[in-house]
Amino acid sequence: MTDWLPPEAATALALSLRVSLVAVLVSLPLGVLVAYALARWRFPGHGLLNGLVHLPLILPPVVTGYLLLLTFGRQGWVGAALWDWFGFTFAFRWTGAALAAGVMAFPLLVRAIRLAIEAVDPKLEEAAATLGASRGVVFATVTLPLILPGVIAGAVLAFAKAMGEFGATITFVANIPGETQTLPTAIYSFLQVPDGDSAAMQLVLISVAVAMLALALSEWLSRRVARRIAGR
Amino acid sequence: MTLEIRLSHAFPDFRLEVDLALPGGLTCLFGRSGSGKTSIVNAVAGLLRPDQARIVLDGVALHDLPPYRREVGYVFQDARLFPHLTVAQNLTYGPRVRRQQPRGLDRIVALLGIGGLLDRRPGTLSGGERQRVAIGRALLSRPRLLLMDEPLAALDEARKAEILPYVEALRDEIGLPILYVSHSVPEVARLATTIVLVEAGRIAAAGPAAAILSDPGTATLLGLRDAGAVLTARIAAHEGDGLTRLQTVAGPLWLPQVAGAVGRTLRVRIAAQDVILSRTRPEGLSALNILPATIAALHDGQGPGVLVRLDLGGEFLLARITRRSAQALELLPGQAVHAVLKSVAVAQADVGGRTADDSA
Repeated sequence: MTDWLPPEAATALALSLRVSLVAVLVSLPLGVLVAYALARWRFPGHGLLNGLVHLPLILPPVVTGYLLLLTFGRQGWVGAALWDWFGFTFAFRWTGAALAAGVMAFPLLVRAIRLAIEAVDPKLEEAAATLGASRGVVFATVTLPLILPGVIAGAVLAFAKAMGEFGATITFVANIPGETQTLPTAIYSFLQVPDGDSAAMQLVLISVAVAMLALALSEWLSRRVARRIAGR
Repeated sequence: MTLEIRLSHAFPDFRLEVDLALPGGLTCLFGRSGSGKTSIVNAVAGLLRPDQARIVLDGVALHDLPPYRREVGYVFQDARLFPHLTVAQNLTYGPRVRRQQPRGLDRIVALLGIGGLLDRRPGTLSGGERQRVAIGRALLSRPRLLLMDEPLAALDEARKAEILPYVEALRDEIGLPILYVSHSVPEVARLATTIVLVEAGRIAAAGPAAAILSDPGTATLLGLRDAGAVLTARIAAHEGDGLTRLQTVAGPLWLPQVAGAVGRTLRVRIAAQDVILSRTRPEGLSALNILPATIAALHDGQGPGVLVRLDLGGEFLLARITRRSAQALELLPGQAVHAVLKSVAVAQADVGGRTADDSA
């Protein structure tokens, strides 16, 4: 797609975009649900769920990758079942890279959405209920529109995080060019070979640009949440 | 309309025990803050799930239904308009989520005087405007009962005066049953057809507004300074010198320029501390309004005061006098006296009307 990049670098960039996009889009509904549960519901296991969501943020990424391998690898208890029943596997596939990226980005996604939900006054949801809206309709017509900028901000942040995911990815699905070699793992590979410096530098600049753009966009969106909730 | 409310709920710091059967009209739940008034309306709306509840509105058991199926409108103290929607979208929210046509939109917009606000966002409205939009939004959801939780408490006097006529219009013109929470005696006296006094989670008294307001025993629960009775009066004539003659059961009252057509019925409120008693018909007084009455009861308070309940012939007045005066005049139940009214407040029932509070 690009002539100014070495083919391996271009492949890695395209793969990274695909992996990150899929990771974010698939984890988004779950992220909204978990954020809503953490923000609004009190239930046994609330603290446990909160800890579990944040674990990838604290754990060494290589540990998260190894745990994914134990769970979703061909011999893992979930991975084996998926293979036996559906003939589907994450192991050494780009889908595995997306899973690793999604898990690593999940805490950022949930945190941003949870903050947006906590900024919405539950009294507005009560008012909607007295006007005839069931819980699902209240969520769709009041809560979701109010948190939408926050949801997008979280998704953008998660996308940037997924683009940069390295440790869990390389541990879980290795570093196979064209299949699981994403931007960071490609940079790593270029640095291992003689004359790879210039290609690595190009990818580094792309990474920096993506990260800064994502941060700026998510900041701007978060400010929109505040404006929207103030009703101006 | 009948509304039956039986509740029992244990809060961490107090118990709510309620057993009420209410007629139509506007029922005021009156009591101090923290007495449980809001909990009662929240239970009717379904926002509070009490330990035990039996709430029946015209034969429909509300306590079994989730809030969104109760068809009970709710005007909150803090308006709670949806900030991401325009005023027009807020107003039609109820019909929209029920997939109905917003029936009566033009009429309600006109009634509440919010036609000029439709394209605005809630964040740009004044407190009074917000509250009127909230009332309109609740009405457009076509409720069978309207709950209003101190809808005026957050507003200053001018804004209150702006909203009160609209509430009266709901009561009189639309005929919607209303459960209205308040801790303001003038508001209750002006609006209520039925009064429920709530004290520490229990019902201290309940009954028709005129009876509760003129009963010395319950009037003191409303607060002595604010005790006073309400009379119904009919506009008899607008006289040449700028006075309006009102007809009451006990005789005529003259007030400066009361707006309204001859024949119109309105309520006048007479504070107990504005009533002077005389054993004989006083002469040489500047006061115009003197009504003959019979003493129905004397109610000793804790301080130096006595509340006297006066029978005007079917309607009642309250007078607050000192115990020393009561002894000096040798007042006893059954005695004929004359009530001299220092001040009479009129609550007009027409939309956009003013409240006249004049000495006569």
